Amino acid sequence: MEMRSAEFKTRSVFAIHDGGLQKAMGMLRDGFVAKRTVQAAELPEFEQLREEAKNLKNHILDNLDHYLERYEAAVTAAGGQVHWARDAAEAREIILGICHRVGAKIVTKGKSMVSEEIGLNEALIEKGMEVVETDLGEYIIQLADEPPSHIIAPAVHKTKDQVSDLFEEAHGGPRKTTVPDLVNEARQVLREKYFKADVGITGGNYLVAETGSSVIVTNEGNGDLTQTLARVHIVTSGIERVVPRLEDVTLFLRLLARSATGQETETYTTFSTGPRRPDDLDGPQEYHVVLVDNGRSKMLAGRFRDMLRCIRCGACMNHCPVYGSIGGHAYGWVYPGPMGSVLTPLIKGLDNAYDLPNACTLNGRCGSVCPVKIPLPDLLRELRHLQHKQKITPSLQRHALSVWRFAATRPGLYHFGERIAARILAFAGRKKGRLRKAPLASAWTDSRDLPAPSGRTFLEQWQSQRGKS
Amino acid sequence: MNDPSKRRPRVGLFATCLMNVFRPNIGFSAVKLLEDAGCTVEVPAQQTCCGQPGYNSGDFDAAQALARQVIAAFEGFDYVVGPSGSCMATIRYDYPEMFADDPDWRTRAQSLAGKSFELLSFLHDELGVDRVGARLKTKATYHDSCSGLRSLGIKGQPRALLATVEGLKLKEMQDTEVCCGFGGTFCVKYPEISEKMVDDKIRNLLATGADTLLGGDLGCLMNIAGRLKRINAPVKVFHTAEVLAGMADGPGIGDAPQETR
Ligand code: SF4
Repeated sequence: MEMRSAEFKTRSVFAIHDGGLQKAMGMLRDGFVAKRTVQAAELPEFEQLREEAKNLKNHILDNLDHYLERYEAAVTAAGGQVHWARDAAEAREIILGICHRVGAKIVTKGKSMVSEEIGLNEALIEKGMEVVETDLGEYIIQLADEPPSHIIAPAVHKTKDQVSDLFEEAHGGPRKTTVPDLVNEARQVLREKYFKADVGITGGNYLVAETGSSVIVTNEGNGDLTQTLARVHIVTSGIERVVPRLEDVTLFLRLLARSATGQETETYTTFSTGPRRPDDLDGPQEYHVVLVDNGRSKMLAGRFRDMLRCIRCGACMNHCPVYGSIGGHAYGWVYPGPMGSVLTPLIKGLDNAYDLPNACTLNGRCGSVCPVKIPLPDLLRELRHLQHKQKITPSLQRHALSVWRFAATRPGLYHFGERIAARILAFAGRKKGRLRKAPLASAWTDSRDLPAPSGRTFLEQWQSQRGKS
Repeated sequence: MNDPSKRRPRVGLFATCLMNVFRPNIGFSAVKLLEDAGCTVEVPAQQTCCGQPGYNSGDFDAAQALARQVIAAFEGFDYVVGPSGSCMATIRYDYPEMFADDPDWRTRAQSLAGKSFELLSFLHDELGVDRVGARLKTKATYHDSCSGLRSLGIKGQPRALLATVEGLKLKEMQDTEVCCGFGGTFCVKYPEISEKMVDDKIRNLLATGADTLLGGDLGCLMNIAGRLKRINAPVKVFHTAEVLAGMADGPGIGDAPQETR
């Protein structure tokens, strides 16, 4: 997918004035957030589960090579095949290779953020294949020709009316206006495709090292049809998604649904292990897993390792007031919100996504709900640090910081400056107690008054009352 | 009281930059509350800023330079107390992190962090203050500022103390824990997003019907007050310490000198 994070500022302003988007975002806030709060409160051990999940993920990351080897061996033993992709291009090549070999014409897809990350759809379509997204949200944005705006609710920015319009145009009417009618219409269109599909591609929420199984979690059951009805099943997943044992999956399942949508559990959780066995009634003839690195092993070695714990639940964006104000598209690539503001610069380059780590108040709400306790604000600050060191930060800001540092490390000078500022601003605001405009402060005063000081600084008054200490 | 010795605890007051320039009344309120609670208060002249603007802008070098200055100015006190969750969270949580690779300064940073507190949590949790003598007839609502809430666990303390202010009724707003859009330099780097966030905050605040907004961080309060004044909403804004000290009888933040109660 085209990378447009450099346009963050313009796109965010545009989003703030998009009425439809704002309506949709309000529903997200009131829905997912409210439900998560209830679910977390109803499970007494929720906080303890977060700690356990964090520790288990850390253990996995410490022994990632070991578990990945075990996983590959188990997949092979079950008759499947593991492919290793160093980057997005290699991942696309591998998948195109498989599709080409089996003569694929129609490819169905379950929801997979890794396939978005590697830009898979464009590559398949370019080679003449018909690609059908089967997750309702993904299907909607495919019709709209837009990228996802949320990692678990990709079409959350669309209102019902907009979906009605899209469906009417794509399916030829009559126009459906209720949610059940719209869902039914999509179902009928998709059903046909499942049976005709040559290749079904899904993500993999968890890859179980012990059994070689891949696990998907959906609310629509579309992933199951995608992976069982096609001749060939391809799983795309990041290398960090492996878990040691089958029972470890339950820990993450308990956290995932509650954190993501505020459900106790998702409707469908499906385990796939290898291709169809001789006495199986259905299932694919071939089973492939494409394990994508794409910057992950580099993160493993550095100070952004914590980010690899991410289970892609979306809680951080649901709770982010910046995301809630501007939606997902402003972030300019496939991963939006706090997790995207960390991942995008790491995968696509610090200078290609300057704004993402900066457009954050570091209010900490994301980190406080993350089910695997990723310290997202600290990671964002660390990215700012790297940007500063690599001089990617605008020179005006670096200059201002050095002036500030020069003054602030000289208390006499700093206090003198504060006294002058207090006097000038107090004089300017003496009638109203506030200023509507102030020199060099238009970014503040364009939308807010500036409360005016009363005249003398605290230190000045204190010292004249009680003397210096 | 935590201090085992009989003498009055010696508190160094951290006079935050914004308070020093824009709202000295908060500083004097803090001094009054601390002295009423039996502390000796001093205000070291060698202090400036806690360094957070540098730290959050990625200039870790500058932040360290400021941290060293604060540590040197305050390490001789029994306690360091400031009327801001944000600055005090920087001292308490970020200073030790900043010196991860420098054992000497790390030790000094940790020792300072251990005795640094935000004003109200210090009064309530450390000194055991559970009531104040102030009166203010008002219907107020309280905004939980982010650093204080999430880094220092400030939530119950201001409410417990406000509950003892005669005449004050607290009505909670929806999403009181959601950021107001200030975020230090964020509000001037991304003014449109910040404006959207403060408008959301103000919608929830006005829905309570409160005539006063209270909070524990002047940055957030200036942001919300500035926007309230711009849209001509008749809500007064005070720092919680001003109310608790009985010093909220003057103009609110951003109000004209004659606009007293
Ligand atoms: S960073 Fe945490 S909250 Fe955000 S998507 Fe990943 S696991 Fe969920």
